[in-house]
Amino acid sequence: MGGVMAVTPAHAMTAAEASTAIRRAVDEVLGIINSGRPPAQMYGAFAGVFQRHADVDAISRSALGPTARQMDPSSFGQFREAMTGYVARKYGRRFQEFLGSRIEVGAARPLKSFWAVDSTAYLNGRSPMRVEWHISDKTGQPRFFNLIIEGVNMLASEREEINAMLARRKGDVGALIADLQQAG
Amino acid sequence: MRLVPVVLALSLAGCATAPPGEIADPYEPMNRRVHAFNKALDANLVRPAARMVKGDGASRPPVEGQPPGVMQMVGNFGSNLSLPGKVVNSLLQGRPEPAVKNTFRFAVNTTLGLGGLFDPAGSDFALPEIDTDFGETLHVWGVPSGAYLELPLLGPSTERDLAGKIVDFALIDPLDNVLTDEQKLAGTAARVVSKAGERAQFGSTVDSVLHESADSYAQTRLLYTQHRRYELKQEEDAIDPYAE
Repeated sequence: MGGVMAVTPAHAMTAAEASTAIRRAVDEVLGIINSGRPPAQMYGAFAGVFQRHADVDAISRSALGPTARQMDPSSFGQFREAMTGYVARKYGRRFQEFLGSRIEVGAARPLKSFWAVDSTAYLNGRSPMRVEWHISDKTGQPRFFNLIIEGVNMLASEREEINAMLARRKGDVGALIADLQQAG
Repeated sequence: MRLVPVVLALSLAGCATAPPGEIADPYEPMNRRVHAFNKALDANLVRPAARMVKGDGASRPPVEGQPPGVMQMVGNFGSNLSLPGKVVNSLLQGRPEPAVKNTFRFAVNTTLGLGGLFDPAGSDFALPEIDTDFGETLHVWGVPSGAYLELPLLGPSTERDLAGKIVDFALIDPLDNVLTDEQKLAGTAARVVSKAGERAQFGSTVDSVLHESADSYAQTRLLYTQHRRYELKQEEDAIDPYAE
């Protein structure tokens, strides 16, 4: 896996491409929120956006931390699958607070090995909310792997949460996966 | 007498040290007990109240071009009264620009906004509220955050921010000498009610953190710490999953 990840893409992503990829993901998310579909269908649609635009593998690996390295590929696959549904439900519900708002996607700046794309959510009647997206093309495609809402880092908070869930199950990854399928 | 909280803040903030980017939590056992209390209070009182408010439709999310709901107006009124204190803090921080903007905001909303019920400064004059507090002033003066605290009713804080709250509440509200007791009470009530409105509007996020997390104490602490560092424009280290 590590070997595949290390392959340098033939064409490195530019700042403009990073912004465009995020704008596409944001437009899809807003489209779902404003569609007025019932929640269950919305979560399915969010899971689709997540699979198409996010690096689910990197997010899952990073959220689980060192334990991910000790897992066999099939149970990590199950974990990643459970993470997809969990993230779609949990963040899908939070995104509904953006109902009726406008999100402007700004410029990208280089950060470590990836791009940070700035965006601003304009919710009427309150101060604009800044959402920063971290996006990389390490998979060969532009995929985001983190978002930071007014300073609150999604990966950092999921690291804490997933590890608290794992600790509650005394390190039993199978039980964690079962819990994740219910959570969010 | 007026200097006591400041001295208190300085001495408190000296107590706890943590590696950069992290926050010391030497009072964790006590904080966790307070957290359990706050969580129970939210489940039994605040959440049901917020649901009632939401049920009325009074706190529907504001939509462009529509007049604000009742909750929105109450919130506007409360936050308008908090502006003069923010102006004083910006000046104490040596930041004239936010002080001037919040002064104009206060002037516009108090007059055209009918005593602060409406927000023409934000919608027509591009003067959104610039938030600050005495905790930030202490930060600008070089006081470290000190230990993490979870306060009853008020929620997550730090030693420095608690000292800041005390000063903001008791000392540096310029309206103190202008308003009558009834007006002050109305202002405080408006702020409390608007908290309930926020609880209704951001209900699912609060529910998710407080009632659905595996460790809601740790989540609350992380969220508060990160957001506070962001407000104070402190650099946060980015996670690079491709370099791990």
